[in-house]
Amino acid sequence: MKPFLSRPARDPAPRAESAPQAVKLQTRNLNFYYGKFHAIKNVTLDIPQNKVTAFIGPSGCGKSTLLRMFNRMYELYPDQRAEGEIIIDGENILTNKNVSLIRAKIGMVFQKPTPFPMSIYENIAFGVRLYEKLGRAEMDERVEASLTRAGLWDEVKIKLHQSGTGLSGGQQQRLCIARGIAIKPEVLLLDEPTSALDPISTAKIEELVTELKRDYTVVIVTHNMQQAARVSDYTAYMYLGEMIEFGDTDQIFLKPNKRETEDYITGRFG
Amino acid sequence: MISRYMKRRVINTVNMAIAVLMTVFGVFWVVWILWTTLHYGIRALGPQLFLEDTPPPGADGGGLRNAFVGSLILLGIAVAIGTPVGVLAGTWLGEFASRHKKIGASVRFLNDILLSAPSIVIGLFAYAILVDPLGHFSALSGGVALALILIPVVVRTTDEMLRLVPVSLREAAIALGTPYWKMVTKITWKAASTGILTGIILGVARVSGETAPLLFTALNNQYFSVNLSHPIANLPVVIFQFAMSPYANWQQMAWAGAFVAVLFILLLSFGSRRLLSRETHRS
Repeated sequence: MKPFLSRPARDPAPRAESAPQAVKLQTRNLNFYYGKFHAIKNVTLDIPQNKVTAFIGPSGCGKSTLLRMFNRMYELYPDQRAEGEIIIDGENILTNKNVSLIRAKIGMVFQKPTPFPMSIYENIAFGVRLYEKLGRAEMDERVEASLTRAGLWDEVKIKLHQSGTGLSGGQQQRLCIARGIAIKPEVLLLDEPTSALDPISTAKIEELVTELKRDYTVVIVTHNMQQAARVSDYTAYMYLGEMIEFGDTDQIFLKPNKRETEDYITGRFG
Repeated sequence: MISRYMKRRVINTVNMAIAVLMTVFGVFWVVWILWTTLHYGIRALGPQLFLEDTPPPGADGGGLRNAFVGSLILLGIAVAIGTPVGVLAGTWLGEFASRHKKIGASVRFLNDILLSAPSIVIGLFAYAILVDPLGHFSALSGGVALALILIPVVVRTTDEMLRLVPVSLREAAIALGTPYWKMVTKITWKAASTGILTGIILGVARVSGETAPLLFTALNNQYFSVNLSHPIANLPVVIFQFAMSPYANWQQMAWAGAFVAVLFILLLSFGSRRLLSRETHRS
């Protein structure tokens, strides 16, 4: 019945159809430009709270670009430009003056693990110190809690003061997730978080994602459709910068409304 | 199949042999230079070389203590001025110039010109801006001249090392909400620190042998001095002077001094290599 089995058990309650979802992020008429290139075209969608939303689509369709708009990552690059609105808690992210606070609220994990060149402990404490002044004991607690939440504590508790770059790829990625959640964000953006990892590490991260949605709103970009089917509650299919279809993951994968979506899902294209 | 494999093996062996020969050729000169300086300078090598000052003409004994100390002071001044200026300028190029591409490109170009400027020109420049207006040669002007040679080396390596830091690391720091300056000082400097330090050490090694700029600035001093506003003895100029002198013991001392200088540079380079290899092993 389901095209991709092996998905972890989910909350049995029927979703979206019966009970309207709380919305965490609303995007309104988003457009994005790399210089003259129009990469995101009029994207409007509502990302539900405490759910996992996946962006899928072929390479270059703009799914990562869209994700990077949520924490204004594009501002690092002078020739990139965004238009439209992304609303979180009633405020427009794109025009908010305090970009640091937005990024504190909206954490991000990247495709390649990016531990900072410092100890495991410091990797996590670094972000926390940006926003809070914690005493030694409180900081220890925070570090432990985040590492535990990211499922890494048992593996690193005896070597907290060794370099974070010495960990394996999968461990590094969980360290990055721990670092992200240590500053208590509300939203987690995951940009192809497992594409550089082996299958076992991938499975661990996927389990983690399913767990994280209890506390966070998760948005994940993936080029792996099985992964989207396994971990997400909602899926958005993008093509050439446009949002082709957005809906319940089961519906998208089982009976998509649009022909383009179906072609992509069934592998006839992409 | 077999013949192809044999051919590859032959080509491999030939190339290997050429590479080994060339390496031996290169190392040969270094060893010969060390050997020559040691051979001619051995008689002056001894504790007194480091404990006594340069002797007056015709006198026996003496050493190069004042020259060693003077050289270290000059290097100290050069590092004290050159490192902060070089690292900060390199940081601007590596981290901030991407928003001002044209200015960045021009600064890089000008820095490369400074990098390849003949050191005697730098010496004349220091003479014109410091020695001439102040009316006397001084250790300070010598240090400044050396700093001017050191700066472009440090700028270049800092810039290059920072640009080697992956974009993903910067984005990860920014994604946490880190302010840009904090990302630079806490993350990218740290990621590039070994490379930058190596650049500084190699720059010091390069500067430590410079003679021309010191002729116009620090000059020389027969006596021990640590006064920055007076001329100061220094190894390169003393070697130059003593090697050209008619006194046998002065000539020997020049050779001994040259030996120590080459050894010093060798140790600096070796140290920076060690630093680099330790880094690559760790990550």
